[in-house]
This record gives sequence, structure tokens and C-alpha cells, in this order.
Amino acid sequence: MERSIAFTLNGKPTSIKVDDERMLLWVLRYDLGLTGAKFGCGTAVCGACTVVVDNQAVRSCATPVKEIAGKKVLTIEGLSKDGHLHPIQEAFVNHNAFQCGYCTPGMIMNAYALLLQTPRPAAADITRHMDGNLCRCGAQVRIVEAIQDAAVAMKGRA
Amino acid sequence: MRQDETTVTANGGVNRRDFLKLGTGLVVYFSLGPLPTFAAGLPMSAPELPGANPLQPMPQGVNFNSFLQISPDGRVTCKVGKVELGQGLRSAMAQHVADELDVSFDAIDMIMGDTDLCPWDVGTFGSGANRLLSVVLRGAAAEGRAVLLQMAAERFAAPAPGVVEVSLESVKPILARLQVKDGVVTDPASGKKVTYGELLQGKSIERKMEKVPLKSVTSYKVIGTSARRKDAAEIVTGKAKYTADFVLPDMVFARILRPPAHGAKLTNIDTSAAEKVPGVKVIRDGDMTAVVADSPDKAEQALELIKAQFSPSPSTLDDKSIFDYLVKTLVAEKVIHEGGNIAEGAKLGELFERSYLHSYGAHAHMETHATLAKVENGKATLWASTQRPFGVRDAVAQVLGFKPADVRVITPHVGGGFGGKNYVQNNVEAARIAKLVGKPVQLVWSRAEDFMYDRFRPAAVIQIRSAMNKSGQVVMWDLKAIASGDWGSVTFYDVPNHRTTAAPITEIAWRRGNNADIHPFNVGAWRMPGTNTLTFARESHMDVMAAKARIDPLQFRMKHLSDKRMIGVLEACAKQFGWKAKAAPSGRGVGVACGSIYRTYVATMAQVEVDKKTGAVQVKRVVTAVDPGTVINPEGARQQVEGCITMGLGYALSEEVMFKNGEVLSRNFDSYEIPSFSMMPKMEVVLVDNRQFPPDGIGEPPIITMGSVIANAIYDATGARLLQLPMTPDRVKAALKRS
Repeated sequence: MERSIAFTLNGKPTSIKVDDERMLLWVLRYDLGLTGAKFGCGTAVCGACTVVVDNQAVRSCATPVKEIAGKKVLTIEGLSKDGHLHPIQEAFVNHNAFQCGYCTPGMIMNAYALLLQTPRPAAADITRHMDGNLCRCGAQVRIVEAIQDAAVAMKGRA
Repeated sequence: MRQDETTVTANGGVNRRDFLKLGTGLVVYFSLGPLPTFAAGLPMSAPELPGANPLQPMPQGVNFNSFLQISPDGRVTCKVGKVELGQGLRSAMAQHVADELDVSFDAIDMIMGDTDLCPWDVGTFGSGANRLLSVVLRGAAAEGRAVLLQMAAERFAAPAPGVVEVSLESVKPILARLQVKDGVVTDPASGKKVTYGELLQGKSIERKMEKVPLKSVTSYKVIGTSARRKDAAEIVTGKAKYTADFVLPDMVFARILRPPAHGAKLTNIDTSAAEKVPGVKVIRDGDMTAVVADSPDKAEQALELIKAQFSPSPSTLDDKSIFDYLVKTLVAEKVIHEGGNIAEGAKLGELFERSYLHSYGAHAHMETHATLAKVENGKATLWASTQRPFGVRDAVAQVLGFKPADVRVITPHVGGGFGGKNYVQNNVEAARIAKLVGKPVQLVWSRAEDFMYDRFRPAAVIQIRSAMNKSGQVVMWDLKAIASGDWGSVTFYDVPNHRTTAAPITEIAWRRGNNADIHPFNVGAWRMPGTNTLTFARESHMDVMAAKARIDPLQFRMKHLSDKRMIGVLEACAKQFGWKAKAAPSGRGVGVACGSIYRTYVATMAQVEVDKKTGAVQVKRVVTAVDPGTVINPEGARQQVEGCITMGLGYALSEEVMFKNGEVLSRNFDSYEIPSFSMMPKMEVVLVDNRQFPPDGIGEPPIITMGSVIANAIYDATGARLLQLPMTPDRVKAALKRS
């Protein structure tokens, strides 16, 4: 059903007239111009499209836009503030925790959701939480290290 | 300098457009040389055929395939037709230029994979970028530096500013003592300084690369350091643009109707329901039916409204019957290497005969094949996720009936390739649709399409018959490679009587010649073609004999090796791993494997845990030692090795394309399991920076040992010998039962 959906996008009140059954990924990418979240599988099995909705990581390729009405949506574009990288982004750079970079926005957003809930995760917590985010280039070991470093840098604050 | 332009343009190779865009500054043209340069580094059969062959020969008349430009603002631009796939090439290439030109790494901009801006290139595959580019990039930079130093010496020798005439005698001693750092030339005697940029103000100079002496390896300051990825900040902020991230005014999104199976033919179609959806257009063109819409999801919905019937596929093969079929069907294998006498050798010891199987594997890059195509006024522009922009250009030109010069391919960030993006189907389809609808078209394959039309690593069978005498010496080795191709097939172990039989990889994976049609679907180059399969077989078989001889597998290998670089990586690996000699099965779950491909040497040791009840294998630790010659960027090299270990876990343990009657049953990551965080072992990488050799491949070679090292570790843990990849829990359980 086409209707206006109001939500907060990267801190800004946003309203969009849209068929509310459409998946959030397509609305973000091609209606709102935020192409950081990526299409990888279309069936919520790879995590490339991960964004954070009300502090929870969600797969935007399988989230109808009606489910975000009234909620706070954070995408990779909203993570750095005033031109400064977020500590998770900084840690990814420092650890070279990516190769082709296609899965990286989804990885970082899922890591952000983890650190909101578990500010000082053990390596096993990170592995469990990140397991459904796939990286074909093989940056997983570095991603775990980057998230551990970011957790220290953030001192319990996301 | 005019002479250069005339020569190049007359040959018709390099675009004249390039010259018009150059402006002032210094331009040095250089060449990677024609195809033989590439073929020289290849392990076995050299490619020769165009078309589906990704190793297309260089078009006639192309003299230069890259150039380096130094602008009056002091910035250096290097244009190459190679592409960045995540392997860190952008930085590695800039490191070469920085060292020879004596400019800072940060002053260098790389323009890659744009067919209008960058001269012709064969493609980015075969771990060839550093092997082939290193010397020429350094040569071009050295040439540029020599020109600039000459200019600086002339300027310093001038009695007054602006005086042009200076004597050769006064220039020579100055030239000999000049120093350069970060693009600033200094005469230590007079203290005079000038920047490269100042030297080039208002000047336009073109040079071809001549033979300029390169710096000695020991003087490198940037090569050999872990320079950062130039694109790191844009990747972590989501600003890095991949093909599907480009949006053009009026652009539409396309989806194509696909048959359920390879070989199935359309018999009946009703598109009326799809056509009724507002904003949707159905396109029929020859064998192609496509829908376009103003959003990707609407295009997908419209596609689902098309009612279509297809004839069944003529293929009756499946993922189990394929191996017998390949053994019976493959034709024209040749003895490609032999020595001694196989029949006599067989009499000298105990015989060991095994067949090693490897299933089809998918590339499964996280970014599916994607193209944005715009066709207007007889010209086409494509943003393409490709490893081969010039191949895409030529294929699109052919199908649209355009001249190659009227097609421009721009390669943005590419979300992984691994060999899968050497092929042009998606790009050509996008261009066809764009021409038909008259609007820019985005064609992003669904994950199911990406699996269906992937060019899989071919399934293969390796038969090895060998003989070992009573002192544990292998005296006969007879290997037959069925459907793996010939790369990496010849053993490097010292065996007096040996024979290798194989069909060329051009027939097997590139589908040319005698064996083009043996597979039920597309096959192609998958990160180190053929060699993963062949290394699995060879290194497993060595362990079969080592176990029988009750000799430690590392010692057993050393008994049969004389190649110093192979011995070197094995020793380096053993030291890091803390290898303790013991015959397998020792119950410890440790394994070793080694191999060499291109001119890179690899040794890997691993430790595994096997759950005997479930058959599940957890790899706890992997140590890989690599000697790729000179290491350009240690951190980048380490990442490539880690990538190889990770992707190697997949082909070793879980990745298998399931299919039946032409239908690819593995269609997404839930039915084709690639390695995830929980599969990761502790990884240690030992780089043997062997500076007496030029840099060679690092993106592929370290993957070749992964199947065998895990198979050997499983044997060491359990006494069960796995003869088929991937070693899934079911196969491990079956092997445990047999043992």
C-alpha cells in the first residue's frame, strides 16, 4: 500500500511516500540515495545490506519499509560525525579489515549494533554475532581484531 | 616529441584522445609487451585464442599500454588498464612509481580500468599484475626521473635565471651530484632546489620508456613497506562506489527471464500480466526476454508475473555421476612431461593407486555481476564490475555493431572477482537492453543468476599411480589429470621414473578445442585454475606413501626435494609452526603440504580437530610460508595470503555446487556455504622476502595447498584418508568408516 512513512534517518526526521511493502534496501539505495548498504543475496543470508534500526542490526533487503515507521534508522553514511571516522571505522582502517570492501558497510553496522549491546565483547562473542555476515575476500580475522580495538577505543560508549 | 605521437597514432592502437587530454607536464609511455610476456610466466599451456578465452592477445599495433604523467602541480598520475578488485593493486603500483621517481606515495593518483583514459590491457588475472607490471612501472618512473634530473641540472647550470643555453660540460657534474626527495631536486654543492612541478611549468614533454637503469633492490624506500590502501577511508564510510551505486537520470532497472536449467529452451510465454504493471516494459530480443522498471524490486515483481514454459534440459548428469562421466568422456589428454621408464619403475617397489575427486566450485564474490549501460548517439558507456574492461569493451562493441573506440568501459570499485569477472555475459546483456530501451540500464544479477551463470571451477578427477621402494624412496610417479587442466600437474619431487598426462587448461577451463563441451554448464578460471585440485591430489598421495613408510611427512618431502626455494618455504613454515617429526597418523591432527605455481613457492601446515561423531572438521591453526620473490607490500601480501587461507577453507571443507539435469541447485549462500567467522582458524603468515627474485604472484598461489593440508591433518588426527573435496561431514564420516 502506498502511504507516507515517517522515520528518523541518520538523525534526521524523514518522510517518504512509498509502497510500504517494499524492502528498505531498495528505498534507501534508490529513493533516498544512500548506496552504502549493499545488495548481496536478497534473502537475508549474507549481511551486506545490514543497517541499524532502533539499535538492532537488521537485514534491509528483507525488511519491509512499513516496519521502520516511527523508528530510528542508522546507515553507514550516518556513522561518521563531522568528518571524523567512528572508532569502528578507524579500527577497520588500522587493521586493513577489508579487501574489496563490498561487505564492509554491513560488517561495520553489525559491529556497531554488537557494541551497543555488548560494549566489551570477547572474541567468541564477536564471532557469534558476526557469523551471518559473509566476506569472500577473507578479512574475518582482521574484522574480529578491529572490533576488539574499537571496543577499547569507545570505552563503553557507542 | 612529435615523433612519438605520429608513431603511436599511425599504428592505430593508443587512442588519439589520450593525447588531447594530457595538457602540460611530462608524460612517459611504457609497454607491458605483447602476450608472450604474459605467457612466459604461466605454468603450462599458453593461451592463444580470443573470444571466450580470457587471455586475449594484445591487438596488433598497440605499442604502449600505460603511461605516467607528472603535472606542473607536482602530482603524478599513473594510468593502467588493470583494475582494483580488493587485492591492493592501487597501492602496490603507486609504491613502484614512488620509489623510482622519488616522489611521495601520497602524491600519486592511480587511474585504473577506464578504456578511454587507460591504454589497452589484457585483464587483471593470473596473479600477473606485480609480476608483469613491476619492471615496466619502475622503468617508466626511472625514465621520468632521468628527464627531470636533466632539466634540473640544466636549470642549475644556467648563469642567470631564464638563460637557456648552457654547456654540456657544466651540466654533467651537477647532474652527477643531484639528490631527489619527495619530488624536490637539490644540488648539494650550491644548495639550489627545484620541485618537479616547477621544472614542468608550461612545458609539455612526451617520452617513450627507454632503457634507464633501475635502482638496486636495497635502495627501495617505499617498495617493501606496508603502504596503506589509498581507498580505505571511502570504503569504511560507504562512499566507495561500486557499479550498482551509480545513478543516472532516467535510468531503469532490468531483469532477464531465465530458464530453470542449462539447455532448457523456451516453449511458451505469456508476458501480458507483466506488461500491465504501470512503469514496466517487457523487451523481447532474439532469445532474450527482459523487463525494465523504475526500481529493481518492481522489475523483479514484473519478472515473476511472466508465465513461461521450458523444455527439459538434455543434460542427465548430477553432482555424483559427473566424475565417472568425465573419466569416460574427456578426450585427447597428452603426455606433457615424462622421464625414465614407468613400466620399469613400477617393478621397483610397492604400488599405490588412488583417484582424487574435486567438485565444481563457484566464485561467489559478494558483489554479483553488475553493469550500468548507457547507449546514445552511436556511443556506449558502461560502468562494469569486471576484471577485463577492454574485453568488455570489445564484446559490447561487437554485439552492438559499434567500433571499439565508440564504447567506453569504466571500472568502479569491484566487489571481488577471483576469476569470475573475466567474463562478459552480464555486461553484454546490459548493453543490449540499454540500446533497445534508449535509456541507461542497470543490470545487477540476482544471487541465483550469479550462481547459474557463474563459470565454475571444473570438477575433476586426478588418478595417481606410484611406487615406493623399501627405503621409502618414490621410484615411480604416474599422474593423469582428468578435467583439471595441466597447470600445476607436473611434480617437482625427485622421482626417477615419472609421467604426467593432462589436457591443456585452455580446453578444460577456457572451453576451447577438443574438450570444450564436456561440462553441463559454464566453467572457467577460479583462483589458481586447476592447481588446487592437482595440489590436493599430489600432496595427499605423498602422505599416503609417507604413512606407509612410517616416515614423518615433512621429512618424506625433504627426501624428495632439491629445489632450494621449496625447501626454504618448508623450513620457514616448520619453524613458525613448531613442527615435530612424527609419522602419521599421530593423533595430533597436524598436516603439511607444499607447492609452487608461477614463480611463487608455498608451504602450509595446519592443525585440525575432527568430531568423529558428526564428521565436522574445525581447523584450529594454519601457518603458511610464501616466497613470492621480492615482496612489494608486506601487509598487502599478508592479506592476500589470509584471503587464500580463508577461501581455501571453503573449497577444502564446504563449497560444492550441487546440480541435477542441467539445473544448478546451489543458488545462494544457504545452499553454497562459504567460510564464515566461526570457521576461522588462527592464521600465521610467514613472508620470505626473497629479493634476488623479482616480485611474483601472491593473490592466488597461497590457496593451492589448503585442500591437501587439511586432508593430511584429518588423516593425522583419525587415520581416515579423504579422497574427495570438499571434505564435508558426510564424507569425513564415510572415510572414518572405511579406515
